Amino acid sequence: MENKTVTADQTTNEPVKGYVHSIETFGSVDGPGIRYVAFLQGCHMRCQYCHNPDTWKLNVGDEMTTDEILADAAKYRKFWGKTGGITVSGGESLVQIDFILELFEKAKAMNISTCLDTSGQPFTREQPFFGKFERLMEVTDISLVDIKHINSAEHKKLTQYGNENILDMIQYMAQHHDDMWIRHVLVPQRTDYDKYLTELGDYIAKIPNHVVQKVEVLPYHTLGVKKYHEMKIKYRLEGIDSPTPERVANAEKLLHTADYTGYKKWMPLPKL
Amino acid sequence: MITFDKTTTPKAWKGFKGGHWQEEINIRDFIQQNFTQYNGDESFLVGPTAATKTLNDKVLALKKKEREAGGVLDADTKVVSTITSHGPGYIEKDLEKIVGLQTDKPLKRAFMPFGGIRMADDALKSYGFTPDEENDKIFNDYRKTHNQGVFDVYTPDMRKARHYKIVTGLPDAYARGRIIPDLPRVAVYGIDRLMAEKANDFEHIGDGELTDKVIQLREEVQEQYRALDDMKKMAASYGYDISKPAETAQEAVQWMYFGYLAAIKTQNGAAMSVGRIDTTMDIFIQRDLDNGVIDESQAQEIIDQFVMKLRMVRFIRTEEYNALFSGDPIWATLSMGGVGLDGRHHITKTAFRILKTLDNMGAAPEPNITILWTSNLPEDFQRYATEVSIDSSTIQYENDDLMRVQWGTDYYGIACCVSAQPVADGIQYFGARANLAKAILYTINGGKDEIAEAQVGPAYEPITSEYIDYDEFMKKFDKMMDWLADVYVNSLNAIHYMHDKYYYEAAEMALKDTNLDRTFATGISGLSHAADSISAIKYGHVKVIRDEKGIAVDFKADNDYPRYGNNDDRVDNIAKWLVKELYTKMNTHHLYRGAKLSTSVLTITSNVVYGKNTGTTPNGRQKGEPFSPGANPAYGAEKNGALASLLSTAKIPYRYATDGISNTFGVTPNTLGHDMESRKDTLVNMLNGYMDNDGMHLNINVFNKATLIDAQKHPEEYPTLTVRVSGYCVYFADLTKEQQDDVISRTFFETM
Repeated sequence: MENKTVTADQTTNEPVKGYVHSIETFGSVDGPGIRYVAFLQGCHMRCQYCHNPDTWKLNVGDEMTTDEILADAAKYRKFWGKTGGITVSGGESLVQIDFILELFEKAKAMNISTCLDTSGQPFTREQPFFGKFERLMEVTDISLVDIKHINSAEHKKLTQYGNENILDMIQYMAQHHDDMWIRHVLVPQRTDYDKYLTELGDYIAKIPNHVVQKVEVLPYHTLGVKKYHEMKIKYRLEGIDSPTPERVANAEKLLHTADYTGYKKWMPLPKL
Repeated sequence: MITFDKTTTPKAWKGFKGGHWQEEINIRDFIQQNFTQYNGDESFLVGPTAATKTLNDKVLALKKKEREAGGVLDADTKVVSTITSHGPGYIEKDLEKIVGLQTDKPLKRAFMPFGGIRMADDALKSYGFTPDEENDKIFNDYRKTHNQGVFDVYTPDMRKARHYKIVTGLPDAYARGRIIPDLPRVAVYGIDRLMAEKANDFEHIGDGELTDKVIQLREEVQEQYRALDDMKKMAASYGYDISKPAETAQEAVQWMYFGYLAAIKTQNGAAMSVGRIDTTMDIFIQRDLDNGVIDESQAQEIIDQFVMKLRMVRFIRTEEYNALFSGDPIWATLSMGGVGLDGRHHITKTAFRILKTLDNMGAAPEPNITILWTSNLPEDFQRYATEVSIDSSTIQYENDDLMRVQWGTDYYGIACCVSAQPVADGIQYFGARANLAKAILYTINGGKDEIAEAQVGPAYEPITSEYIDYDEFMKKFDKMMDWLADVYVNSLNAIHYMHDKYYYEAAEMALKDTNLDRTFATGISGLSHAADSISAIKYGHVKVIRDEKGIAVDFKADNDYPRYGNNDDRVDNIAKWLVKELYTKMNTHHLYRGAKLSTSVLTITSNVVYGKNTGTTPNGRQKGEPFSPGANPAYGAEKNGALASLLSTAKIPYRYATDGISNTFGVTPNTLGHDMESRKDTLVNMLNGYMDNDGMHLNINVFNKATLIDAQKHPEEYPTLTVRVSGYCVYFADLTKEQQDDVISRTFFETM
């Protein structure tokens, strides 16, 4: 599907509009500190465990300008302390890269910390995307990168897309000293295998330049199932429960989550 | 009367820095001259002593028995409770560092008829006790009580407003409470000095012309003087001479507790606040630590055992009362923290020690620990407090920056659940709540009650059109609010007149200045539903569905409309307007004893009962469904998360609602962060942000919904699970089933 959002290149007068699924004013697990989270609408992937199928569809939702979002977000500035700010999530946030770019550029100008939550699927080194992405990284304080599966074939089974470009994005970010948290959803019978977890742990350990501030294992949960039923979409993980605390601890061990403590002292730096 | 030589310095003051406080009764100055700030973390704290553990186990066992016995372990039916009515009572005398019980046995409830004999008898009967015939005769035939006084003067209008519950919870059958005794006076000065000062005040009341006002005050000061004398006698029965100032930390805490004990032996107020005592305690403790008299373990032991006593305070109540405020709350509110007028924060090691009691003796709802919060409190204290919140959900937070400015002093305390009061010279006349959501229905139904279908309010022209016209509604609502303000304020005038006459708080007043600033408290329930209903009428095109008698029983909004709780000015301004408007209307009336009007938006657990008695409202809330608590948004109204909701609440102007604007925030641990340090960070930032945005009060509950559901099924496995509801804290197991359901179904902020 094609992203029909008006891009910054096409116009100089019309403000870029984003398609917003919802706003969460109290995001405390969506990046450092308390963050104002804009969940953007639209995602190409179809992850089996996705708990927000209502965010898949492109070009629907509330249309908002970057100024509208920032004006609203700024009301919560006093809650942000030294590390909080705004996070753009999804859906898949990078689907609307023009919108995020403008949003983050303006946010940094207002000294608001920016955080990008992405699974990297839209990433490509081809233009015009890549140029925009390079500019976006200039105004992004930290990214939350979701690695769905370390094995590309398995990744494809799980999400309908391979992971080559996603891992490439991580390498790009690392080479440019762009800080990130890595997140991995632990799903029994899908991602919860020692072999793959070990492989993923090794991959993360080799990410250069100490950019990985935190590694998180997110246990799969079934809270999203209701939405599938409401939307009359078949749920493909029927019968699979959340992982046991033991398996979560095992995954944390294999991913060496305890080794990544940079987040405790992490502070956003003005990048402009 | 006793005379007192002010020129000699008592030995007990050795080591203290002098000041005005020596010349006059002035605890604030004593604190300012002598307190020691603490900027460190909690690492100095120690666990409970063996004696504390033994005593605490005994108290927990007694509480278990009490719960098994249906809520009351034992009750006195014969002895009328006064300061000196009972001989000494103990848990285990030899182990107790702080002594004193309300009656001769732990958890035995006292007989307190002065608020109303009928209520006292009904309370006894509710728990299977037989009221004493002789007492019945005395208080029915010979000695009138407060309750009878009030009902002698209530107008038919007031009786109806009360009966049909547009005005609810009025203190017309029990003590009004909410008067903070300045307990440190007992420790710093000793009773003799306080008596001498009262004697001196007595000599200087009026100019010799015995006006009603002068007569009343002269009588009251005499009562206070006698109460002070009785406090000495009560302390003597426990082997202590409190006529002189306390010489040690243990004595200081014991002296203060005797002052509090005098209050709770004579008054069964809905709230019996302890006030602000932590800094004074710390000054005495620090002196003893410096002189090697005690070590940290002994310091903690004194605090633990004082708090243990506060956990044991009991009053016997009727079933109707418990439906309003269940879980046996007494609001022994203990407030601490804050910043002084000179900019120094007031965190001492004893503020930490008080929080530590929740760890040393387990979580408990009393005392009602209140932190006077500002973003200027030291970070280590902020983090420790939030950690205790996460572990126990037993702390409430109130905005010190707002209150210090509003009340003009840094020596104020929390009088009830939420309301601030200057400790030295302020009192509050407690005034329950008026139901604004019901007032909206009365407007639509021409003064008829929507449930009883009786004519309660004035028979104004009802709204008869199919769709409600906003302008017509507002015009009619204005008149209905006039009526409500009138009947409400004048009911309270009657109550406070009679309370002073028949149930005067001599013990508490004895520990305050003779000349007082009085606040006339009122309250609003159903604010969110009222605001959303008006918003629905204004923006939603609301259709009325009426029964065969023409009473509006349901509503349908054709369009979506803004709801309070989303930081949307269109509706938040309606909520603001409602508070200001009702205040302004009430303020046109005479207020008893020149008191200054205040109002509140806090409902404790009574939101359940108010909702039960209110029909379907135009915002879609169904008949009988609970109101949201305090100033919280209506259930399900919030669309943009917790901070948007908090900022809606923060807009309610404290200048009008100086009695408090409460918000109860429930959150699951994982929503705050994935580890303890992040959770603390989140709460500290959230509290700083809320207070810096002028938010007034916040309860923080941290637990999973699943925990509560399990606790409802297996209460025995969660004996100390506490939740915070509006301005108080309660064992979850002590709530009624309906209230438990209400707490469970309340908005919990969860991340998906």
